[in-house]
Amino acid sequence: MHGLILKTLQVFLQDTYGTEIWARIAAAADLTAPGFEAMLNYPEEVFFRVLDAAGAVLNKPREAILEDVGTYLVSHPNSEGLRRLLRFGGVDFIEFLHSLDDLPDRARLVVADLVLPDLELRDLAQNRFHLRITGQLPGFGFALVGLLQAMADDYGALALLDLQEAGRDGQVIEITIVEAAYAEGRDFELAAAPAGGQA
Amino acid sequence: MSCFPDRMLHQICPMHAVLTPTGHIRQAGPTLHKIAPTPLAGARFLEIFDVYRPRAVDSMAQLLQTEGRKLHLRLRGGIRTPLKGILVSDGQGGAVINLSFGIAVVDAVRDYALTSTDFAPTDLAVEMLYLVEAKSAAMDASRSLNTRLQGAMVAAEERAYTDTLTGLRNRRALDVALDRLCRAGQPFALMHIDLDFFKQVNDTMGHAAGDQVLRTAARIMAEETRKDDIAARVGGDEFVIVFDALTSRTRLRDLAARMIARIEEPVAHDDRSCRISASIGIAISESEQPDAAQMLETADIALYAAKRAGRARFRFFSPDMLETSDTPALPAARA
Repeated sequence: MHGLILKTLQVFLQDTYGTEIWARIAAAADLTAPGFEAMLNYPEEVFFRVLDAAGAVLNKPREAILEDVGTYLVSHPNSEGLRRLLRFGGVDFIEFLHSLDDLPDRARLVVADLVLPDLELRDLAQNRFHLRITGQLPGFGFALVGLLQAMADDYGALALLDLQEAGRDGQVIEITIVEAAYAEGRDFELAAAPAGGQA
Repeated sequence: MSCFPDRMLHQICPMHAVLTPTGHIRQAGPTLHKIAPTPLAGARFLEIFDVYRPRAVDSMAQLLQTEGRKLHLRLRGGIRTPLKGILVSDGQGGAVINLSFGIAVVDAVRDYALTSTDFAPTDLAVEMLYLVEAKSAAMDASRSLNTRLQGAMVAAEERAYTDTLTGLRNRRALDVALDRLCRAGQPFALMHIDLDFFKQVNDTMGHAAGDQVLRTAARIMAEETRKDDIAARVGGDEFVIVFDALTSRTRLRDLAARMIARIEEPVAHDDRSCRISASIGIAISESEQPDAAQMLETADIALYAAKRAGRARFRFFSPDMLETSDTPALPAARA
């Protein structure tokens, strides 16, 4: 499994619960090194060991932890870089949803050996979508629900998300946008550094 | 010639300018308006933009001659952002020029606070910004990994067990091996060897000669020891040899004498010969539970006695050395 995924889980746990809790989780998961390297690869079972240990230490279901990871990736200041990369996908939440088809390819452009499941968005009706996830990446569906929910907040949209199993290696996230411009949303400027001129 | 209304250009080419036959701007795209330091409508194109490649484009006639070629321009006022462009003549003396930021897009987006709507959806500018940021993040991660790996390499080198100059074991390896022997309670002998006259060789013939002498001495020690013995270089010209399960004074005497004799053989270096010798102090483990530090110390005392006795000789440790360590009173033990 790509180190980036394990590193994400690690920094989420560290930033959210503190280094002491992370140390307890790492010990419970029987990790040899104190942390993961984003640029290296690890056996997949390590991911499950860390996730199980986190569930036990935090007394929280694994699904909830994974969803929180997705939310963390968008909303925590330490992962601002990723939020920006996601915001490049569109000017509003619906355009962003349509950019998700390209997400695995965009990810590969950045990290060549990071293989994400295929994503396919289908319009069901006005403001209702099905996002189909096809591929094997443990926990990806739950993390994606958390990430999409946080992105909806980021754009100021009010959206309801529901994850369902669909077939052998597939899942579907049902997305209902209750209101596209529900709240103000967070700023996003194309330039990484804040600019002086008019927006 | 124009079959489409000019206003269609606003959406497809937000950085275009439509020029009259006199070289004045009749229409400009919204993004071009946004970055221009002065109003564009009715202004002379070449007064707002400086075409610096191809050279010598100072009039509308010269501008029209660049048709189809890649133009390098920059704004004359404001931030002087460099631009790329292409001109197409309208066949009636006027022309359309389309501009782009090229590689300067990263700076331009920041300088003019541009948003995605300032670019045509077909423009790859936003994808390029995405890649620039993503690449920076990936490079940062890669650089931080490299830094940590370099730190780990330095740490690993410090933990290494080999003396890189001579190929013998180093001080760390010796400590580990001594600890193991002492804990096992196995009898062993320890020689502390110090090269005599090494400093003179180093000072008068240079470090290269000194290194060669060290390597030669090390090779002799490696040859005179068995597989389970430990020969280590523990200082500049100091060595320690641990003889596993060997406590016979006769054999140790033979070994020490032979090593000194061999080390005294001249070493050729650049047509000159280097002559050194060695002093050796020998300690033999006595108790069931020998102490590593004490073994090293007693060998050191014996070495000191050998030095005091005139160098180029060996001494076994004896308890009376503790009282008379200041005087070279011990009988020579050289074979």
